[in-house]
Formats: sequence, C-alpha cells, structure tokens
Amino acid sequence: MASFSTTATVEDPRISLGEGARADSPDYATRLRRARLGLLVALTPVIMLFVSFSSAYVVRQGLPTLDPRSNQLVRDWIPVTLPKLLLLNTGVLILSSLFMELARRQIKRQVAGVPPASVSEVSSGDQVRIPWLAITLLLGLVFLFGQWAAWRQLAANGFYVATTPSSSFVYLLTGTHAIHLMGGVLALFVAGMASLLRRSVATRSIVVDVTAWYWHFMAALWIYILCLLEFAS
Amino acid sequence: MGLILLVVIWLITFISTYFFIAKTWWLPVGASASTAGIDHHFTTTFILMGIVFVAAQVALGYLVWNYRDRGSSSSKVAYSHGNTTLEVVWTLLTTVLFVGLNLATYNLWAAERFDPAGANAVRVEVTGMQFAWYFRYPGPDGKFGATNPELEDASAGGEAALGLDPKDPASKDDVVTGTMVVPVNREIEVILRAHDVIHSFFIPQMRFKQDAVPGLAIHMHFTAIQTGEFEILCAELCGLGHYKMHGMLKVVSPDEYDKWLAAREAEKQ
Amino acid sequence: MATHDFAAQESHAHAAPQGFIRKWVFSLDHKVIGLQYYFLALAAVFVGMFLSLLMRIHLIWPTATLPLLGDIKPETYLTLVTMHGTIMVFFVLTTAPQGGFGNYFLPIQIGAPDMAFPVLNMLSFWTTFLGFVVMIAAFFVAGGAPLHGWTGYAPLSALQSAGPGEGLGADLWIISIAIFCIGALMGALNFITTTLDMRAKGMTMMRMPLTVWAWFVTAILGLLAFGVLLSAGILLLMDRNLGTSFFVPLVTINGQLTGHKGGSPLLWQHLFWFFGHPEVYIAILPAMGMCSQLLSVFSRKPIFGYKAMVYAILAIGFLGFMVWGHHMFMSGMSPYTAFAFSIMTMGIGVPSAIKTFNWLGTLWGGRIRFSSPMLFAIGFVSLFVSGGISGPFLAQPVLDIQLHDTAFVPAHFHLIMGVASIFGIFAATYYWFPKMFGRMMNETLARWHFFISLIGTYAVFMPMHYAGMAGQPRRYSQFTEVHYLADLIPLNKFITFAAFVTIAGQLIFVVNLFWSMFKGPKASDNPWEATTLEWTTATPPPHDNFGGHTPVVHNGPYEYNVPGAPRDYVMQNDPELKAAH
Repeated sequence: MASFSTTATVEDPRISLGEGARADSPDYATRLRRARLGLLVALTPVIMLFVSFSSAYVVRQGLPTLDPRSNQLVRDWIPVTLPKLLLLNTGVLILSSLFMELARRQIKRQVAGVPPASVSEVSSGDQVRIPWLAITLLLGLVFLFGQWAAWRQLAANGFYVATTPSSSFVYLLTGTHAIHLMGGVLALFVAGMASLLRRSVATRSIVVDVTAWYWHFMAALWIYILCLLEFAS
Repeated sequence: MGLILLVVIWLITFISTYFFIAKTWWLPVGASASTAGIDHHFTTTFILMGIVFVAAQVALGYLVWNYRDRGSSSSKVAYSHGNTTLEVVWTLLTTVLFVGLNLATYNLWAAERFDPAGANAVRVEVTGMQFAWYFRYPGPDGKFGATNPELEDASAGGEAALGLDPKDPASKDDVVTGTMVVPVNREIEVILRAHDVIHSFFIPQMRFKQDAVPGLAIHMHFTAIQTGEFEILCAELCGLGHYKMHGMLKVVSPDEYDKWLAAREAEKQ
Repeated sequence: MATHDFAAQESHAHAAPQGFIRKWVFSLDHKVIGLQYYFLALAAVFVGMFLSLLMRIHLIWPTATLPLLGDIKPETYLTLVTMHGTIMVFFVLTTAPQGGFGNYFLPIQIGAPDMAFPVLNMLSFWTTFLGFVVMIAAFFVAGGAPLHGWTGYAPLSALQSAGPGEGLGADLWIISIAIFCIGALMGALNFITTTLDMRAKGMTMMRMPLTVWAWFVTAILGLLAFGVLLSAGILLLMDRNLGTSFFVPLVTINGQLTGHKGGSPLLWQHLFWFFGHPEVYIAILPAMGMCSQLLSVFSRKPIFGYKAMVYAILAIGFLGFMVWGHHMFMSGMSPYTAFAFSIMTMGIGVPSAIKTFNWLGTLWGGRIRFSSPMLFAIGFVSLFVSGGISGPFLAQPVLDIQLHDTAFVPAHFHLIMGVASIFGIFAATYYWFPKMFGRMMNETLARWHFFISLIGTYAVFMPMHYAGMAGQPRRYSQFTEVHYLADLIPLNKFITFAAFVTIAGQLIFVVNLFWSMFKGPKASDNPWEATTLEWTTATPPPHDNFGGHTPVVHNGPYEYNVPGAPRDYVMQNDPELKAAH
C-alpha cells in the first residue's frame, strides 16, 4: 500500500525533473543498442512476409482443385528445375556476407580508436584500410546481376512467372528477396557516402553495423528460400 | 449529469431489450430438421447474453449516478488497486460461460457438418454464377454428367449455362432447372459449385448457408420438414447483381416430387 | 575514449527547427507528426461518413436521382460499401488512435524527448498520406473504384472482368493498401523501439499508463500482421496483372475462360483474415487504453486491477492471432478447423470481459467528474458491452449459419469497433486538446455532441441486429428483389434517418474543434488534475517535451486519492510518495 509523507510540499511537479542523463543526446552505446533493436523489430515483418509466402507455397503445392470437366479433384504441381547458376549466386552472397562482417569489425575498431596497423588482416603491415565495404557492395551487385541472369535462364527454359504455380513462386520468392537485398545495397551505398559526407565515425559505425546484420539476415534468408524451393517439393 | 446518463443508458438498454424479447423482428420461421436444435441454442445464447447485457448496462448507469462527485457530501474514495480474488472468480466464470456455451453446440455442429449425407439422400447439384442459381438432378442413371467450361453459354438455357458436355453419355439425362424442387421429410444432399466468383447458398427458413466456391465441390445436407416455397438468397458479395441473385426452393410431397421429376426426366428422352 | 564528442554532434536536434517546411510539413517532431496523422484521419472520416450517407440513402430510395451524383447504380453502391469500409478501417481507425494520439503522447507519457527514429516517423506519415491519395485516386480512374468489399475476396477481386471498377481501380486499391502497410510498419517500428528503449528512469513497464501499453501491443500486432497483408496484396496484384493463379481456380466470367487455374480462393481468405482479425484489435486496443486512463482520472481512483488490465491487453493481442478462422465458418473450410477456431474465439471474449469488469470496478467507489472526456469514456464502456455481446452469437458456428453475411455482422462490428473506437478518439480529443492547443474545448457543445452521438449510433446500429436476425443480407444494394425483405424497409428507413441525425451531430464536434483551437479559453498545464507525465510539461510541450530535463518517475500512473496525500492526485514524477508500485 502506498504511504505518503505529510511533511513534503510538492508545489511544482517539475521539481523532480533534472536528474538523470539528458535523454536527447544519447551516447554511442545507447545509439547502437537502439539501432540494433530497431533492426530486430524491422526484420519481424520481413520474416512475416516470407512466412506468409512460404505457407502459400506449401498450401498451393498440396492443394487439389476441381477439374470441372471430370468433376474430379486433381493436383497440378509441376516442380521447376532450378538453374545451377543459383548455387553460384549463393556462393557470391555468402562471400559478401563474410566481407560485410570484416567491414563491420573494421569500423568497430576505428570507433574504439585502434589504429589500422595493429589489425592482423593487413598482412603487409602498411597503413591501408582494405575497402571491405566497397567489396561487399560490389559482390551484392554481382549477386543481383546473377539473379537476373538466372531469371533469363528460367525464361529460356520456358518458365515464366505465370507458366506454372511452381514457377510463380520461384519468381515471387527470388524477386522479393532481391528487392530487399537492393535495400541492403542502398544502405551500403549510404554508409559509403557517409564517409564522404564527413559524418562521424560513430554514426558510420552504427549504419555499417545495422546494415551488416541486415546483410547477414538476407544471406540466411536466401539459403532458406533456396532450400524451400529445392527440397520442399 | 449522472442521473441523465443513467436514464439514457437504461432507456437504450430497455428499449433494445424490449424489441428483442417482443421478437418484433426475429428469425424467420424455420422449416428444416435442424431448426429445433439451432433455434433452441439461439434462445439459450440469447437469454444468457441478454442477462449479461442488461446487467452490465444497468450497473454502468447505476455506478455513474451513485458515485458522482457530490462535492463535500461525497464519501471517501475507496482507494484500491483491485482485488485478485475477484479477478480470478470472474475470469473463471466468464470462461465457463463462453466456452461452455460453445461446447454445448458440438453435437449440433457435428450433425450439420461433420457427418456426410446418407446414401438415400436426394442429390441436387447447385451451381452459382453471376447472377443466377442453377439446379441439376442426376437423372435415372444417378450420375452427374461432365461439364466443360468452354461450352458455357448462359443465354442458351440451363444445360448450356452449366456447360453440360453432350459427348458424355451420363449428361444426357441430367435435369437442369432454375427452381429447386425437393420432397419433404427426405434428406437432401446439396453439392455446391460456382463458375466465376464466390457465391453463398442461403435458405433462411432451412437454417442453411454455405459458400459456393469456384474450384471446389462442397457437399452439404439438410432436410425440409414442411412443404411450401422458400426464398433462396446469395449471401456472399459476387458483383453488381448480388442483390438479385435470387432463387426459390419448392418443398413438395414425395408423390408430387416423383411426378415432377419423372416429367422433367421424360423431357430428356 | 572520446565518445562524448559523438553525442554532441549527432544528437537529435534540440533546437526547434525553423521555417514553415521543416516545422510543419517535414517535421521530425513526434507531436507535429501526431497532429498530421490526426488531421489526415479527420479528412478520411468525413469522406467515409459521406460514403455511408449515400449508402443509407440508396438503400431506402434505390431509384432516387441525387444532385450532382445522379443515379446510384448497383455497382456504384458496392463501390461505396468497399471504399467506406477500406477508408474507415485503415485511414481512420488505424490512423487516429495510434498514429495520431500515440505519436503525440507515447514519448511524453514515458518521459522521452521524441520517438526513437524521428526521420522514419516523418516518412511513416507521408507514406500513409500517399496511401490515402492513391486510395482516393481509385474513384477517378476509368471504371472507378472497386466493388469487391473491404475484404477483397478473390476471385471477384482477382479478375479484371468480374465487375465494373475491378480494373485499374482495384489495382490502385491494392497498391494503396500496400503503401499503407509500409507506413504502418514504419510506425510500429518506432513505437516498439521507443517503448522498450527510451523510458525515463523509474518508468518501469508496470508503471506505464495503460494508454502506452495499448499503443505498444497494438504496434506489435501491426508488426506481425501487416507483413501478411502485404504478402496477400502482392499475390493478388500478380494474379490480376501477371496471369498467375494463386487465388483463382479455373473459372469463367460470362462464359469466357480467364486463363487461370488451380488457385485457391480460400488461400486469400486465410491470408487476409490472418491480418484482418488482429487488425480489429489494432482498431480497438488504443481506445481501451484510453478508456482505462479516463475512467481512472475522472473517478479520482486508481484503475481497478492494473496488472489484470495489462495481462488482458497482452492476452487479447496474443489470442487475436489465433481466431481468424471465425470469419470463415461458412467458407468451405474444414468444419473441424472451424470448431477449433470457435473455441479460441469464445476464449478471447474472456480478457475483454475482464477489462469491462475492471472498468466498472474503477467507477465503483469513485468521485466521478462528468467532464467531456469522461462522458465519451462512459459511452465507450456501454458501446463495448453492446458490441461485445453480439460476438458470442457469431462465434458459434451453428448460429453463424444463420447470421453470417447478414446485417447482424455489421451491427456487431460497427458497435464494437467502429463506434466504440470513434468514441475513444473523441474522448482522447477532448482530453488532450488542452495540452496540444493550450485551450479548452467548449463543454456545452461537447455534451450535445456526446448525447447525439451516443443515442444516434445506438439508433443506427441496434436495429441492424434485428434486421440481420430477420435475414437481411449484407452488401445488397437494394431490397426490391427478395420478397421478405420488403417487410424490413421501414426498419431501414428508421436507420437511415437516425444516420442523418448522427452525422449532422458530428458537425458540432468539428465546429467545437476548430473554433476552440483559436478562441477557446486558455488552459492551465494540468486542467484535469491528472497524474501522468504529459501533464507535467508546458502547454503545448516544447520541442523536446520536457524543456531539457528528463523526468524521473517514482509512482504508478493512477495514484488518485492516495490516503494521507495532501491532494487527490499524485504525479508520476512526484518523489514524495513512497509507493509500493
């Protein structure tokens, strides 16, 4: 039960303001935590989108439909042979994820004030920072180009978006993933530009950190999609 | 203001309740075997929910009047953050009421939907399309003939509207009508289909409703226990003609039904 | 390490922005954004009400020729139905309580200077605004707006030839909703991150006002549900424009094959309602939070059972994802699945009942002040009870056989979601107007508004239950074809005239709102003598809400008439009350 001291006078409730840190200028750790939390929250609807597509995929595969001619229920699922190119693209994406992680750690060290000469990856011992970020961005673009090329291969084999239900899902899932990855590529571009626009290394580090986790998520999502298309047939 | 609120809330409650109890507008008189069970449960739900409705609204009106700020003559406010026992009690009671009410319908629902029609049921295929109902009887061979969507032509009569395929021998004797005729006191198996969009086959006096979904053939059943003419409505938005997708169910004596069917089948010879 | 440099450089702008564009158009200030959402919803609700007015007129005078608009054809009526529902559900009920008041007051009520991501917040409003523009555009393209209902069931919504308006209008409808989804997801991101990460010292989760809990859980619901709606919209756009067959089986329209085959109309329903059911809780939870808040403030008593109220909000949110099949009892879904959904649905009635008991418990033993916000909170409880009671009828499949797709359904959801939620918006407006605009609204006009609205909406929607039980179907543009419906026309006339009066009564609110903004009597910082943090700020609050200081919270949000206290309310940041909460 609440108790109340009768000797206190509380005329102005704003008396108790003023303690605590200034909430409007948070420190680096807070900003990083907040950004990561934001990313985690933001990934939830992305997951829901693909969960929804996945359940539609599973349902559609097993769904019999009434053939009005025969009055019978028939299943019309024809699996699509996925182009081998997709495996190569997968390798590119996983590699890009690796480089993305290197970029993330690189800028983390910059924030912590560690000079590049002490970084073990720089084997030649000189002061040059390897542009992992730019390499990642490049590989991302290679992946996207590879996906487009895989689409061309599918079309060459006669599988367009509306050819069969299975082909619809191949285009749908890979296309939606590609759109989300383009978002990641854009974020990398912004992170790269941030250095040119002379944003502080702390801000850039947060952008790169969040983009890196997003990028890893996109790679994991891609592997999931590939497995779904290949094995859940 | 407290008194005005009490009066307004109580009046709204009592006037609404009056019209419910007086059944000024009520469920149409049912004429199916399922009516008794469904209407009985409707009444049970009605009474229980009605008691809750009146009690809650009367309590609301009373509380806002009785605990109005009367200035210095108000009694002390009962400072309380709640009462856990009360919470537990009314949670349990509400759960028992709500879930129990629903569980009590299990047998009714099972009889309507889990169990298929009996082997002796009169089979009628009901097809909905923008914006009419067609009814097909299998004819003496007991088989529904094949239909072909490419043959559909609603301007050329019932058989053509369904796209009946004349190449299938089983379709020669199929009887297609725009009015549904069934015998009284016999189970009717309805096979619901749709050609274009979702429709819903609703016969209020038979306590019957089921969506007709393209791509599916849905089997349902009902038994009419009174003769007469009963209106059929479409109960799922299907386009601009939804309001006039109207049909008629004629329930006749078994003799009349046999005569009617025989005459229709004779036309197909 | 030199981390303090970063803080000074990168912190959210403490200086208020200058210039009209940065201050009022692309503002990053959650308070301005909240007002932008609110006025968007206000515009939308007038469009929505106008559409419903035309609907009600057409139902009782189907052959009437209206000035400027001419004859209302059956397909036009269905367009009105579709756009009324869509605009009200998305651009009013999902916008004003959450985007409007939530944006304005969530940060302040938890002691934060702004939302976590102000730029994203600004973008979320303009995205929503764009969605509204696209939705309205559907009226003006060739073929007009779609006629497939706000629920957009396929194949009707998936085939361009299925009806007038199902061409470009339907595509714009889907695109608008997709844009709305993105805006709503951005908003949800901000609400959740802010609530979890930016509460002031001492503001524990269990000291948050119930309005904050409601906004928080609503945001979580949105986070999980809008992605699914977006996915359904994408699949529908593909079926409509790329020839895929996610939702369309082999069908003919007017005897013509469409080229689709194998799709499932039920798949659309499952995806739509997986979103659609949580959506109705998104529409009502903020109003429930508001009601709890106001009953406590104006009864001068703590909310009865704060913990139970929190658990009830969480239960409603959680269970809300498990009941979507109750919209599909007659759809052709398995009857076993249907029964399972019906048990869950009866279950979700329990936390709602708990909340109602606790609202009554809050009133009991209080000292009730009948200020305008309180009138609407009391009205909310009445409407919530009425709307809730019809739920158990629809939730039981054997009874739903008779009631599904009859007027009983809109009677139910208008009372419990439409009107109750609108009363929550009104209550919030009257309550927070002094803080937002520094002036009081006129109490006399407010009382007229309240009584006309309460009596009027009951007069409109209570009779719809009778009509539904008597077999009046939904979405019929006229009652001239089915014989027994002729008997229900007098009842429908009554409903239409009640609607005229109720809609006219809303003009009182609009006049009061705008007049009071400029001419209302000046308000003090805490005119209602309430305890939550927004009443500790200046009026209106400065750009960073607390004038450079962060509040420290010591008490729960409902400390009214604490025994031994010098006044009948104790602010949340008052350090003197050694509360156990």
